[in-house]
Amino acid sequence: MENKETYWSENIRIILICLAIWFVVSFGFGLLLVEPLNAISIGGYKLGFWFAQQGAIYAFLGLIFWYGHKMNKLDIKYAEGSK
Amino acid sequence: MDELKLYTYIAVFSTFALYFAIAWWARAGSTSDFYVAGGGITPMQNGMAIGADWMSAASFISMAGLIAFLGYGGSVFLMGWTGGYVLLAMLLAPYMRKHGKFTVPEFIFDRYYSKTARIVAVACLIIASLTYIIGQMKGVGVAFSRFLEVDYGLGLGIGMFVVWVYAVLGGMKGITYTQIAQYVVMIFAYTIPAIFISLQLTGNPIPQLGLGSTLADGSGVYLLDKLDMVVTDLGFKEYTTSNLGGTLNMFAYTISLMIGTAGLPHVIMRFFTVPSVQAARQSAGYALVFIGLLYTVAPAVGAMARLNLMNTIEPTAGQNLVYDERPQWFKDWEKTGLLKFEDKNGDGKIQYTSNATDQTVTKINTMTGKEIVVVPNEMVKVDRDIMVLANPAIANLPNWVIALVAAGGLAAALSTAAGLLLAISSSISHDLMKGVLTPDLSEKNELLAGRVVMTIAILVSGYLGLHPPGFAAGTVALAFGLAASSIFPALMMGIFSKKMSGTAAISGMVAGIGVTMMYVFQHKGIMFIPGTSFLGDMGKDWFFGISPNAFGAVGAIVNFGVAFIVLQFTGPCPANIVAMVENMRSPGDCAAAHDH
Repeated sequence: MENKETYWSENIRIILICLAIWFVVSFGFGLLLVEPLNAISIGGYKLGFWFAQQGAIYAFLGLIFWYGHKMNKLDIKYAEGSK
Repeated sequence: MDELKLYTYIAVFSTFALYFAIAWWARAGSTSDFYVAGGGITPMQNGMAIGADWMSAASFISMAGLIAFLGYGGSVFLMGWTGGYVLLAMLLAPYMRKHGKFTVPEFIFDRYYSKTARIVAVACLIIASLTYIIGQMKGVGVAFSRFLEVDYGLGLGIGMFVVWVYAVLGGMKGITYTQIAQYVVMIFAYTIPAIFISLQLTGNPIPQLGLGSTLADGSGVYLLDKLDMVVTDLGFKEYTTSNLGGTLNMFAYTISLMIGTAGLPHVIMRFFTVPSVQAARQSAGYALVFIGLLYTVAPAVGAMARLNLMNTIEPTAGQNLVYDERPQWFKDWEKTGLLKFEDKNGDGKIQYTSNATDQTVTKINTMTGKEIVVVPNEMVKVDRDIMVLANPAIANLPNWVIALVAAGGLAAALSTAAGLLLAISSSISHDLMKGVLTPDLSEKNELLAGRVVMTIAILVSGYLGLHPPGFAAGTVALAFGLAASSIFPALMMGIFSKKMSGTAAISGMVAGIGVTMMYVFQHKGIMFIPGTSFLGDMGKDWFFGISPNAFGAVGAIVNFGVAFIVLQFTGPCPANIVAMVENMRSPGDCAAAHDH
């Protein structure tokens, strides 16, 4: 029972980290901070514009796979613990 | 028959033959096959199928065109329609897969122990899905009439027949394997022209990099800088910074699309087809890989199409294209009425500017701050939807590439239509008939009912595609508004709050939908009939400047708020439901999706 609760609170912690990054790369870099970031250029891309049209999507991808990886490890850890 | 038409016939009919072959090979034998493909789809297959299911005629045909004309403002679609998968992967999919049922309304019924909730969910699902299908059917009709020059109605009929064969025969199993093939067709059709155009313009074959590269004409100017210069010289807003209705509106719009994506039942359903919780998390990742492939190319397609269009009309500043010397694609699209020219100053040349009046005006160039003289715009209509379809022709690409684009557009429309049809038929045969009206329905008869309902749904959507109701144009707002303001919050609270009760959740759903629909109808007319706004026309006087399409986010907040307030007054849900939620949250051994 206690096991289940720590599993869930660890899951919540990982989700919160992921959603914080999710928010920063899209709403943060792509929207709210777009003007200051646009002062920086990478190649022909203004940085804020790049986040809004390219970067955020790559970050989303990284996040989902990282979450899956962390959770798989967690699943194994708690499955062993309950045996 | 000319070469282009011949290639198009070959491309379209060979892909159709492929879909039929797959349908025959993957026939459904049981309700489990029919609803969740027997639960044996691998994460990568499922990811591809989700990609095809998700990317509709709108993603394939309309999105790059929208970005071409909105510039930076188009980012809301790019972030909104991909960011939803992060929410799906972390907040919904794994737990709903663990619960292990066939449909979204069934999950809502179990979690909120209420037949009313189930019926409300079925109603939301049918409205959202049917309105969505109309758009796909129209896409099929347009693709046939433009590329094969057959009658719109006949084209629609052929499309309906093709979907009918593989969706009714194969159910989820047939649909999944056909969607995998359709994804492959679609992604080739989208990226090959983009690679060609990127090479032509920048010398870089990867469109994502080409968009950030210098032009290949030896000028050393970056493509995006050039585009900004060209458009601002004609008085348009700067491409890379042009906003869409202000930062708050873009913020709300992006959130609405994200939670709307996560709440669309035909997407969620696909996560019930994989064998485990781990596989559900992974499929969301693969889905975004396959969707991201198209979505990161789309901004390049949009920007390059815009630049090519501007360059065709005005190859060098002040040297405009003579109307009588216009290229063939220009004439072809004029015939469809989606492109219109009016020689306002009578000089026989085409001027394409931001000035919608009949008088020459002076404007301030938003980039340089200098005063510019802007002549009246003579391209009185440039429909955004033609950009992707006309793009290969504008760039003078070979005919087989154009034929491929036609087959890709059809694949996009058909795959999405099939997924939506399955969501509708399962919610009627499984939730309404088996779940509420006739619980003693045998599996064999339920399967038959599923097929009959799907046939009826195809006929209804075909009829609506042929006679689109007045509200067809506003359907995206409706579908996403419903999903964002009702389904997503109800599902999320069901998983993340152990206490959330049926009464509270239903109150929240009703309040969320109510507020969203009232806002949409107030601004766009009741059922999108102009002039029927109940508070009189409010014009652009939107709530904090948030457009109706972006209002789902506010609806969702209302939903959460009302649900938690009602929960305080009515008390938490029973203990057996709490145990069910706890079971959902722990992955453990995960049975295949099953019946009751």
